Amino acid sequence: MALSSMTSSNPTAAGRYPAGSAAFAHRDLIALAGLAPWEILFLLDEAEQWVELNRKPHKRDDRLAGLTIINAFFENSTRTLLSFEIAGKRLGADVVNMHAAQSSVKKGETLIDTAMTLNAMRADAIVIRHQSSGAVGLIADKVDCPVLNAGDGQHEHPTQGLLDALTIRHAKGDIAGLKVTICGDILHSRVARSNIHCLTTLGAEVRVCAPPALMPADIEALKVSPFHDFNVALDGADVVMMLRLQQERMSGQFIPSPREYRHLYGLTLDRLARARPDALVMHPGPMNRGIEIDSNVADLAGRSAITRQVEMGVAIRMACLDVLTRRSRKVEGWT
Amino acid sequence: MKPLTPLTIVNGLLILPGAAPAAGAVRCESDRIAAVGADLAPLPGDRVIDAQGALIAPGLVDLGVFAIDKPAFHFGGITRAALMPDQGVVLDTPSAVRFAAQSGKPDLWVHPLAAATKGLEGRELAELALMREAGARAVATGRRWIADSGVMHRLMSYCAMLGLVVVAHAEDGALTGSAVATAGEMATRLGLPSAPAEAEALAAARDIALAELTGARLHLRQVTTAAALDLVRKAKARGAAVTAGITPAHFMLSDMAIGDFRTFTRLSPPLRTEADRRAVLAALADGTIDVVSSGHDPRGPEDKRLPFADAEPGMAGAETLLPLTLGLVRDGVIGMARAFELLATNPARLLNADAGSLSPGCEADIALIDPERPWMVDSAMMAAAAGNTPFDRQGVQGRVTALFKGGVAIEL
Repeated sequence: MALSSMTSSNPTAAGRYPAGSAAFAHRDLIALAGLAPWEILFLLDEAEQWVELNRKPHKRDDRLAGLTIINAFFENSTRTLLSFEIAGKRLGADVVNMHAAQSSVKKGETLIDTAMTLNAMRADAIVIRHQSSGAVGLIADKVDCPVLNAGDGQHEHPTQGLLDALTIRHAKGDIAGLKVTICGDILHSRVARSNIHCLTTLGAEVRVCAPPALMPADIEALKVSPFHDFNVALDGADVVMMLRLQQERMSGQFIPSPREYRHLYGLTLDRLARARPDALVMHPGPMNRGIEIDSNVADLAGRSAITRQVEMGVAIRMACLDVLTRRSRKVEGWT
Repeated sequence: MKPLTPLTIVNGLLILPGAAPAAGAVRCESDRIAAVGADLAPLPGDRVIDAQGALIAPGLVDLGVFAIDKPAFHFGGITRAALMPDQGVVLDTPSAVRFAAQSGKPDLWVHPLAAATKGLEGRELAELALMREAGARAVATGRRWIADSGVMHRLMSYCAMLGLVVVAHAEDGALTGSAVATAGEMATRLGLPSAPAEAEALAAARDIALAELTGARLHLRQVTTAAALDLVRKAKARGAAVTAGITPAHFMLSDMAIGDFRTFTRLSPPLRTEADRRAVLAALADGTIDVVSSGHDPRGPEDKRLPFADAEPGMAGAETLLPLTLGLVRDGVIGMARAFELLATNPARLLNADAGSLSPGCEADIALIDPERPWMVDSAMMAAAAGNTPFDRQGVQGRVTALFKGGVAIEL
């Protein structure tokens, strides 16, 4: 199936989740762990309209007009920040980006003081990325507006989990029952954690694959099957999700060398043949081509969904910003 | 500041070694305990205090605190505190030790623990004999493990000669690295840097081997895992001079408590699995653990109101030490006499202090305790310099009703 022909199954919303604010009764989006299946499905369904809109020449909906969204990024990011910025702007919000590098964080201000400052500026939503696990939840406790986690340390990256689920749903129709293999630095990956929670909640069979040093302890408790042998982990997979390997972990600290990593865990065309013939190839980016994924796999027409993930990212973030600001916008049914 | 008149405390329940609490009285002359007994009567001219049925117990001896926090110590019935060398100015010189030793008087005795190595860096031995002269009661490696086994070997043989107990932190530093949690399901869910619990057994095994080799007395300040407790148990059975301590956090809580990233549960060593917590209870019951201490380390928001991994470890434990240990008595884990061996007698012996028991000749450090009195731990209302308790909003029982240091009443 070629990607161009992929369409969403987009089942009718009726009966899948409660009406109004009961469909997503959380002020913030900090983690996918603990969300009910229908809460995740609600966000995915909400995103579909934005997938449509974003494919039109005039990509504008002004429902967030007059609202201020602050993207507070304490850790460098290009694509996630851009994606959130575009999402906010397409909904008509005033979007402001705060980079830690140019903020008073560098002058020793505490995280909480920074959060209180952002709060005092009366943001209507704050999107936060921070290098420490739990940091976004900590800020959320101290501010009065919805907070969206754009990645906290090695904990969660919920919008990434959602956009990956949406990408899979567009390609495969349904997520329940799919075999999804996630390979790479599971230990340090917030993307892996959010995907594990999201996909297992939606009924997928998730396998995680990493060398022992990059596999978290007791990962089975997250209802996944761990593998060290990538060839075995790929067997019959419907989706192959590769994770980015950080340069600092390839210097003999965790893995002897990049080429040795590729030897064991690189996604090559030969390896991909072990998965199902229509297996979807995914990567959250940015890629290390020739290390965790070969170029001819990353660019494989009809199989690689890597750019599609980026597209779904904007739609998912629009859905999250819309849903989380409904209470303050007094949308009917959202109390 | 010696009391002018002798003091007799009557009508209490005496806590005496190896015996159930029994009705009786204690009489103090000067700053010492003169007599204890069931039928002891005040002598003419004594100042008499009616304990009104409260426990008459030795003042607590808290082995291994990180701050001198008198209001918290007095609230918790602590009359002596052994101060860890990890201070703003490291206790690695005789002058620093001498200053620290004077810092609590007259109503709290501070027993400085000399830094084992200069700057606690684990490389060069500090001037341990001179610090002993200046008032150091034992030697400590501080918050960290000494990685170099050669240094540890020389340290322990030297301390064996000097007769000083070596108080060690048992975590293999290379294995723990920057970990802030124990490897396992909870750390995996939270995405926190973690290390295997075996880091403790590795460190304990080496230090026990070196203690047996050198004849030094080794006190592992916190032993929190089943594997390391087994090593201590076996070493004791062989007759090695090894003792073990714990704080209430590790017998009350498992790593489930870190689930919401609450930094008040960020401790060193980190909280362990429920299986290890049960092993700690078993070790308290069978005598493997010798000391329960507070690990008192008050930390304000600048150290604690941070993301979990960025926060400093430690808890304000002085106020909850007694009630949580009395909880072990109520739960039938230990008897009342053993509770005060853990809280007072054993740590006093390790510090070579004439205290920790209601024995004639001991310093008259006495706590009157209502073991049933209920109260609520409230981090916002603590006597401690900061309210970083992992037991916030928890109901506890047991409260000090009067406290005497050297026979002199301390205002509570």
